[in-house]
Amino acid sequence: MATDAVRGARKVGRYSLLVFVAVVVLFPIYAVLLQALKSGPDAFDHPRSLLPVDLTLDTIRAAWTEGDLGHLLMNSLFVSSVVTVGVIVTSLLAAYAFAFLNFPLKGATFALFLATMLVPAEVTVVINQRTADSLGWMNSYQGLIVPSLASTFGVFLVRQVFLQIPKELREAASLDGVGHMRFLYEVAAPLSRPTLGALGLFTFLGTWNAYLWPSQVINDDEHRTIQIGLNSLKTPNDISKFNLLTGGLVVAALPIFIMLVVFQRQLVRGLTAGAVKG
Amino acid sequence: MAYGAHVARVRLEHVSKQFGEGDEQVTAVDDISLDIEDHEFMILLGPSGCGKSTLLRMVAGLEDPTAGDVFIGDHRVNDQLPKLRDIAMVFQSYALYPHKTVRANIEFPLKVRGVPKAQRAAEALHAADVLGLTDYMKRKPGQLSGGQRQRVALARAIVRKPAVFLMDEPLSNLDAKLRGDTRTELVDLHRRLDSTFIYVTHDQVEAMTMGSRVAVMNAGRIEQVGTPQEVYDRPASAFVAQFIGTPPMNLLPVGVLGTDDVQVGIRPEHLVLSTGGPLSGTVSMVEHLGHEVLLHAESGAGRLVARVDPASVIPAVGQAVQFDAAPQHLHRFDATSGVRVS
Repeated sequence: MATDAVRGARKVGRYSLLVFVAVVVLFPIYAVLLQALKSGPDAFDHPRSLLPVDLTLDTIRAAWTEGDLGHLLMNSLFVSSVVTVGVIVTSLLAAYAFAFLNFPLKGATFALFLATMLVPAEVTVVINQRTADSLGWMNSYQGLIVPSLASTFGVFLVRQVFLQIPKELREAASLDGVGHMRFLYEVAAPLSRPTLGALGLFTFLGTWNAYLWPSQVINDDEHRTIQIGLNSLKTPNDISKFNLLTGGLVVAALPIFIMLVVFQRQLVRGLTAGAVKG
Repeated sequence: MAYGAHVARVRLEHVSKQFGEGDEQVTAVDDISLDIEDHEFMILLGPSGCGKSTLLRMVAGLEDPTAGDVFIGDHRVNDQLPKLRDIAMVFQSYALYPHKTVRANIEFPLKVRGVPKAQRAAEALHAADVLGLTDYMKRKPGQLSGGQRQRVALARAIVRKPAVFLMDEPLSNLDAKLRGDTRTELVDLHRRLDSTFIYVTHDQVEAMTMGSRVAVMNAGRIEQVGTPQEVYDRPASAFVAQFIGTPPMNLLPVGVLGTDDVQVGIRPEHLVLSTGGPLSGTVSMVEHLGHEVLLHAESGAGRLVARVDPASVIPAVGQAVQFDAAPQHLHRFDATSGVRVS
């Protein structure tokens, strides 16, 4: 049996490790935040640049104006919102079919569906870009949005939750005269709310942070999303503005940070929902 | 507002149901014909896997018969959707919508039918009142006890004013005391609604106390249909004799107290201690139940159970005893088929 001293030492060791990991994870965020809150020359003045002194909002203001961040944010917000709603709707419909309906080759179709998760996005990006091009969707919102409207992961996640809904509920509803669509929106979807919340949050985050696909289909200022638009803030030859990009980064990350803080409970609940039957 | 304005007779004609195909085919219901009258409280009673729930589900339209016809009223309903059959069903698990309040659960069938809001609120309130649920209307099923949930399921069924109520072991999730109380409530409800009830159970006490008639099922077939008393007094087969009654009927080995092709059965209350009686054995256990004593004895005819008056002299364990039974209390079954012969 461990003595109190040994137990105390273990505790110290454990917490030291946790503090170390926390520092490793948080330091880049701290550094970016600090850079964004300093003027260009101050941000370049090492090691003083790592101290929270001489703080100013000038860099963020400059990034906002020069990068037209308001417009980029609105684009990202629009695209991410539409994709999020779309993914939830398509996931609900497809998951319902896989969970509640019987049709030929259902198992094989679902396996094929899941198999697409094994294909990395990088493999399909070129052919998808050609498809978008042939449809005339380059530099358009539909080019940004439509290819992301269905998510295999979403279908899988929602199907797993639907499978836990007792079949008696579906039967009771069918005796009451409830059709499939009505059962979906009156019963199945409300019962899956935590999972749908988590799926929505993940989809929003993923779309907001997407870089590869938007960079392939968007080449004009009008449709650019924030992650692509930040490129214009790169000013490698102007020391006085070299931290403009970090200012833009902070602005781009802020909405996501707020969302995570507000919805983190939902996120955890959604991912663990159904793990324990209850 | 009166319920049961339209009642219906339910007829099953040569109904069969098979599940699976080829070598894995299982016959759950085997050529059953049954006529359930208007207003009747019909119990489908049998052990697990005897096909009683499948039969009920075919009346509901949740399963399609492989063969045979189902009639509700004068209409053949084989090809009719469940919602068009004018039935309501109470499930063993209650099947309440967990995210809806009690009020919303009860109103839901009416909402689906497009009943105006004010009317469905009034009807839901009435159904809740019938079942003593008015204080719980704003709660969700998770905040109710098992008995209350069960009553919500009943309220959801009666609010539709169906011609036929179908109930699939609705009491089996309740504890013993609540089960007893709810049995009485269901009988009372049947009387008030004046509707046809079809009730599935494996519990013979429920069958005996609630049903106007009982259909005893075994291996996909109906062994006997009759009033609870008829089924108890004159079981149509050795299976029914053993299934109805606690403790079950003593079935003696073929040849004992009868001829070589007959098996004799005696209810425990008809097996009396009698010096010099034809059945002798040794007392192996004495169960004192207060109002009665169950005497278990090992004999040449196997284990015998006799129900004796606690006021009488009770033999001790290990004591040799003899039993007798009056001729009118001997039930005779064919040794091969198990069918009653007299």
